[in-house]
Amino acid sequence: MATDKQQESHLVDEVETTGHEWDGIQEYNNPLPRWWLYTFYVCIIWSVGYWLLMPTWPLVSDFTRGYLGYSQRASVARDIEEARAAQSVYTDKIEKLSLADIRKDSELMEFAVAGGRSAFGVNCIQCHGSGASGGIAYPNLNDDDWLWGGDIEAIHQTIKFGVRSDHEDTRFGDMPAFLKDEILTASEISDVAEFTLTLSGQKADAASVARGAPIFAEQCAACHGPAGKGLREFGAPNLTDNIWLFGRDKSVIVQTVSNGRAGVMPAWSTRLDPVTVKQLALYIHVLGGGE
Amino acid sequence: MKAETSVQSKRPGQSERPGQSGETAETTVETVNVEAVNSRENRSLFKSREKIQPKRASGDFRRLKWIIMGLTLAFYYGAPWLRWDRGASAPDQAILIDLPAGRFYFFFIEIWPQEVYYLTGLLIIAAMMLFLMTSLAGRVWCGYSCPQTVWTDLFLVIERFAEGDRAARIRLDKAPMSVSKFKKRLIKHTLWIITGILTGGAWVFYFADAPTLLVNLVTLNAPSIAYITIAVLASATYLFGGHAREQVCTYMCPWPRIQAAMVDEHSLMVTYRARRGEPRADYAKDANWDQRGHCIDCNNCVVVCPMGIDIRDGEQLECINCALCIDACDDVMKRIDLPTGLIGYDTPANEAMRAQGLVPRLRLIRPRTLIYAAFIIFVAAVMLVTLLTRSDVGMNVLRDRNPLYVTLSDGSIRNRYTVKILNKFRDVRQFTVTVDGMPTAILSLTGGAIGESIAALTVRSDRLRSFRILVTTPASAINGAATAITLQLRNSDGEVVRESETTFRAPSPKRVER
Repeated sequence: MATDKQQESHLVDEVETTGHEWDGIQEYNNPLPRWWLYTFYVCIIWSVGYWLLMPTWPLVSDFTRGYLGYSQRASVARDIEEARAAQSVYTDKIEKLSLADIRKDSELMEFAVAGGRSAFGVNCIQCHGSGASGGIAYPNLNDDDWLWGGDIEAIHQTIKFGVRSDHEDTRFGDMPAFLKDEILTASEISDVAEFTLTLSGQKADAASVARGAPIFAEQCAACHGPAGKGLREFGAPNLTDNIWLFGRDKSVIVQTVSNGRAGVMPAWSTRLDPVTVKQLALYIHVLGGGE
Repeated sequence: MKAETSVQSKRPGQSERPGQSGETAETTVETVNVEAVNSRENRSLFKSREKIQPKRASGDFRRLKWIIMGLTLAFYYGAPWLRWDRGASAPDQAILIDLPAGRFYFFFIEIWPQEVYYLTGLLIIAAMMLFLMTSLAGRVWCGYSCPQTVWTDLFLVIERFAEGDRAARIRLDKAPMSVSKFKKRLIKHTLWIITGILTGGAWVFYFADAPTLLVNLVTLNAPSIAYITIAVLASATYLFGGHAREQVCTYMCPWPRIQAAMVDEHSLMVTYRARRGEPRADYAKDANWDQRGHCIDCNNCVVVCPMGIDIRDGEQLECINCALCIDACDDVMKRIDLPTGLIGYDTPANEAMRAQGLVPRLRLIRPRTLIYAAFIIFVAAVMLVTLLTRSDVGMNVLRDRNPLYVTLSDGSIRNRYTVKILNKFRDVRQFTVTVDGMPTAILSLTGGAIGESIAALTVRSDRLRSFRILVTTPASAINGAATAITLQLRNSDGEVVRESETTFRAPSPKRVER
């Protein structure tokens, strides 16, 4: 106890107390550090200035605007403007130059393809998929099979005006519904489907194939060509290759012939600016390996 | 504050003025009646900080510290101004951290962001050096070369210039505000702030071309981040060097806590040789030095201490081993004609040996120091080998996974790879990429400019360029969903300079058959 007392008195001796005493208990006077306190005061003064200058207080239907007129929305808009201005070195060139000329400049190409990629991510992946690998009824843009042509100008035109879209310059082709419109009977359709299988080297019933061949020549060759190689003017697919937009099985072919097909792609020239459309075309062209 | 009340009073009969009663200047010892601010008894958790007013020391260690201070400060302020010619395609600043371009230049070395592991190696070496130094000679880093110590020393020089030495400063602190006090304070703080600004100013020169930046800074054309950095560092320097001082070492720095694990009984540390010094007693001219301790309790070791401790209390957390108390004590010992070294670098083991009457011995080579040294040599060797053998070209292959593969109209399978080629040469280079492990594969470039082909991939000097490369192979040549292949980067002479293993994905064999 004696040492406790000593220690206590030693501390009391060297540390200031507030002078308050309750039942023999004294309170040390250890206020906040002064630098802390002053920082706190400075913050209070600062906040008053902030209230006046910046948007701060919510009101019933509005808020206090502040004398500086600052707004985050305007700030973002300004940032976007600045970014646009910074990109104009490239975008101006893309706007002016032809697609062939853009492709001569590797730096400009890099910019255009990167821009096309991000535009693709916003506008195209909904149907064509994030990797542009498509799906049933939506073409895979990575391969070398192009319904409407795979060179840069053809791709550009497809994107600009769309396929069976509401644009007057749209690409248009018509696969008739042979059964629905009573052009062919169900058994004739079955035969022509068997024949179609042989075009891409698939196994088929020989008797049906023999019956189907003249029907194909009569009904289908006009668009798909006598050898089934397709015709890009009408977007008629090549039936001899390994790529099938809706499926390679007989049942799918029968369904296609019976009911027709009419996939739609919108015209993007009415939705996007010409620079973005060009960038998209270049990106798609690069994806496919460049026809 | 009671400790400071009787400061600087000379005790009668002990430190008479020279000439009085026939004494010479040599035997005059100024005794200070003072208790160390942070002495063991005074240390209380409830006490607010008392300002430490270290007195100027002079002697061998002080001289060594001046030299180290000069060298370190000269390097810090001067290094960004050194030039190093690297040709037209790279900056000519010897030491430059080019953040926008992602390069670190250090004389003949150029580090790219992906080589940041060299920094790891440097940090490991630095840490190990610190461990080794500490196990050999205690906190030499803290005492001599830590920026906190060096800048505090610099700020003390300024304080001494403006307000005088310890006694004058204590008097000034107590004096009421007057014109002359205000003037002194103003000079001190102005010089401190200028020093702080120069310190922060020197820092930014490491990140940009120094002469250009200096002109821009002065003409207010420098980027705002430069001014912000200078302001932050200037205020930190002013705060740490001028005001916080020993508190940084005692409360903020983790190293004093860690270093306890690095020292052992064979580490050299600033030691008060208590066996020789105790029992201490006031100086008497005709004392029998064999009968009493050599410490005359003059407190000169206490007043020079920048940490405000009494070294005679033994090893303490606060002690940064700056050795100024050695200088102060040696000075006194010379004056009273006793051998120097009452306070000196010594090891606890030696103290124990002396106590047993054995001959003390310095053991610098110990398992601990050998392990630290071996580790430093090992890491340094690994870094040197990798630095000397690192290539001037690099290739990084990323297999595109969306889609995993593409089936072409003739049934063949195509994979796409993003190949990044790095050219660290000082001129434009052309490369080509070939594939190993798939003889049927055909490579082609997509997305390059017209005229560019896989045969000549052009990469500019000091650049990284990425290419989209297509690898196509007939379905019949594939067995399995994944085939291991190696992409080879060849220089214009056709030699393979880099290889990268990757896989070629295809539909599972079942699906190919269908």
